[in-house]
Amino acid sequence: MTDIVSSGALLDVEALSLSVAATGTEVVRGVSFAVAPGEIVGIVGESGSGKTLAVRSIMALQPPAIRRTAGTIRFEGRDLAGLSAKELRDLRGGRIGMVFQEPMTSLNPSMTIGRQLEEGLAVHQRTLSADGRRALVLDMLRRVGIADPDGALAAYPHQFSGGMRQRIMLASVMLLQPALLIADEPTTALDAVVQRDVLELMVGLTRAHGTAVLMISHDLSMVARYTDRIIVMRRGEIVEQGRSDELLRAPQHPYTRALLSAMPRRLPARPIPPAATPIIEVRDLVVEYGGRRGLFRKEAGKRALHGLSLSIMPREVVALVGGSGSGKTTLGRAIAGLLPSSGGTIRYAGRPIGAGGPGWAVYRRNCQMVFQDPYSSLDPRMTIGALVGEALRTVPAMGRGEKADRVAEVLSEVGLAGPFADRYPHELSGGQRQRVAIARAVVRRPAFVIADEPVSALDVTVRAQVLELFADLQARHGFSCLFISHDLGVVEQIADRVVVMQDGRIVEQGDRDTVFDHPSHAYTRRLLSAIPALAPTGEGGVRLKWRFDDVAPEPVPS
Amino acid sequence: MKRLSLNVVLGGAIIGTVVVGAVLGAVWTPYDPLKIDFVGRLAPPGASHWLGTDEFGRDVLSRLMAAAATSMLISLSTVAAAGLLGTAVGLVSGYLRGWTDRILMAFNDALLAFPAILLALGLLTVAGANSYGIIVALGLAYTPSVARIVRGTVLSLREREFVEASRVMGNSELYTVLRHILPNCVGPMIVLATSMFGWVLLAESALSFLGLGVPPPAPTWGNMLAASRPFIAQAVWLAIFPGFCISLTLLGINLLGDALRDRLDPRMRGAS
Repeated sequence: MTDIVSSGALLDVEALSLSVAATGTEVVRGVSFAVAPGEIVGIVGESGSGKTLAVRSIMALQPPAIRRTAGTIRFEGRDLAGLSAKELRDLRGGRIGMVFQEPMTSLNPSMTIGRQLEEGLAVHQRTLSADGRRALVLDMLRRVGIADPDGALAAYPHQFSGGMRQRIMLASVMLLQPALLIADEPTTALDAVVQRDVLELMVGLTRAHGTAVLMISHDLSMVARYTDRIIVMRRGEIVEQGRSDELLRAPQHPYTRALLSAMPRRLPARPIPPAATPIIEVRDLVVEYGGRRGLFRKEAGKRALHGLSLSIMPREVVALVGGSGSGKTTLGRAIAGLLPSSGGTIRYAGRPIGAGGPGWAVYRRNCQMVFQDPYSSLDPRMTIGALVGEALRTVPAMGRGEKADRVAEVLSEVGLAGPFADRYPHELSGGQRQRVAIARAVVRRPAFVIADEPVSALDVTVRAQVLELFADLQARHGFSCLFISHDLGVVEQIADRVVVMQDGRIVEQGDRDTVFDHPSHAYTRRLLSAIPALAPTGEGGVRLKWRFDDVAPEPVPS
Repeated sequence: MKRLSLNVVLGGAIIGTVVVGAVLGAVWTPYDPLKIDFVGRLAPPGASHWLGTDEFGRDVLSRLMAAAATSMLISLSTVAAAGLLGTAVGLVSGYLRGWTDRILMAFNDALLAFPAILLALGLLTVAGANSYGIIVALGLAYTPSVARIVRGTVLSLREREFVEASRVMGNSELYTVLRHILPNCVGPMIVLATSMFGWVLLAESALSFLGLGVPPPAPTWGNMLAASRPFIAQAVWLAIFPGFCISLTLLGINLLGDALRDRLDPRMRGAS
């Protein structure tokens, strides 16, 4: 590794320290690393580890409140601190490109794709004629897999899906053939299958141009698949760096080991006691979103679910997986009674339910939900105790003291005993908030819980703890669960049965081991190819096994 | 914590002074605020008349004190009326959406299209030019802007997952609106109410200017300011002191409003 640092490193960061200017708090401490030309390096860390700040300061794009207090950053042998604003601007885009996390907001919604792509060329390669720029843009759009490049030039960002936008973003950066591409969580907002396609495109494209890549991510396994070297950061410091395969096989630092052990893995299958009636039985469920109805027009509705049938037995955890737009969240919300269905029946413990019907009140009490975003699912103006207690409000025949006892009991079950009851959601971390959301869902002792992506907003190590808590509560109270997730790793750990959805239809369902080991549908295989199976090594690390690696990437929709 | 208490202290001191002045003005003033004295007209501030006298020889300080009660009452009632009505309309419109929303907002936008002062003028000719008429007229005139802002806040709040969580818990719609949506609208509402307070004080003076305010000789800060215009070259204190009272009260209200908003928001409580 030292040889890379000393000779001809493309980027050489030495003892970089960053502080919050106002308070003097160090957020990045003495970080040193180097990137060789053409090398792909991953920086891995959880939120607050300073990974984004450290990398943004390379382009001098850190927020104004952050000051560089020590260290040097050399790019192509030049110290960036000595550059003028003009020279820095030439560097940005021209020599160092950046792909952002959020494809929905990183393209300007009011400019056509063509103009946005040309913009960089016009700034950095002034000699190029308009026709020359257009030819380059068309060529690059074709290479990132846009089916109709000519049409795309005149199109606006909203006409493309998240994955397509990220391809376009990648195209706009690679057009200028930078020496270094910085990718800040480039695929975190995308679902697993699309993530794999975009990353493979990124790696292929940068290798072809000899562009080095600095990829920031919280997902160790994903980074390990595509990078040559990995840097692990924690609380503003680098705790470990090394070659990807070696780091994974034999991690040295306890934190790296903790990250690896937090990766979800399969547990032995649980026996589900046989029962006569399923707790939830969905038959031929159809959900249609109504079209807009104005005075003079009526647009056709969109069918989100095409006649699904699904049953969940008592004590069973059924995972619902699929890419974004597959209708899994719609199904969850329809079962929860948050969306009206246009056809089909939902039965709870053998009895049909419908809003306002006789079984409704019982069902409402027995079906609870955990939402995806712990930052938005808790009323910011209520204390934790009040939030959890509110769920008991409509429970008849429960005294005030009894309710208070139950709230305290549940809060201690989720590990938030004592002073937490009087705190407000904003005083809690994301993981703690999600524990509150879980407490609120189970405080009534429901028979059935719908969990809509309950851990996808959480950091890796926190996610492992929350999953463990959830599984623990499920085993103790024996509620059935519909677990909605796009993350097959999590599903593999927690589910008894797996239901795979695509385009509003169930394409495959079966017990976990069968679906994961012998998937019968092509879409399931494609989903599985995006996540690794872990095999522990003797040295405290893991080996990643990629399943169905030969599966062709998703065909680009035209 | 420090900034918050400074707001409270300063705003409280200002509003406290104004309130004391208003209460005192209702029972005692140095001179009779309505007593005309043509010999001593347009006297500059001095030992006998601290803030001078106006074009009819009336004592300015006495008139300001007597006006404080009327002006504060009109402004507070107007803001309260517009706030309550606008919040109700905004909540219903934003939460129910659909046709209710469209009809209410079409009506609301039609009202917004008129300048508030024009609307108030029209209403005043119906309600009659007195304090109650002004409260009703200005209150209705400012309702549409409150309704718009509350509706916007509600629209974004109702999509938040905690509102959905409340439905999953089996809470009624009414409970959800009152318990989860209304309290989260309080921040923008207070900001709006404090600035509205200023608009109302000024609108009242504009109405006086047009001859439709509180009828003379009863003083309000607004009509005193309006009446000072012809004499601004000879007797500048006639404009300065009522203007100063209005500005100071606005400052006090804004400071208190900020402090109140922060106090009601748990996220701001205890923050540095």
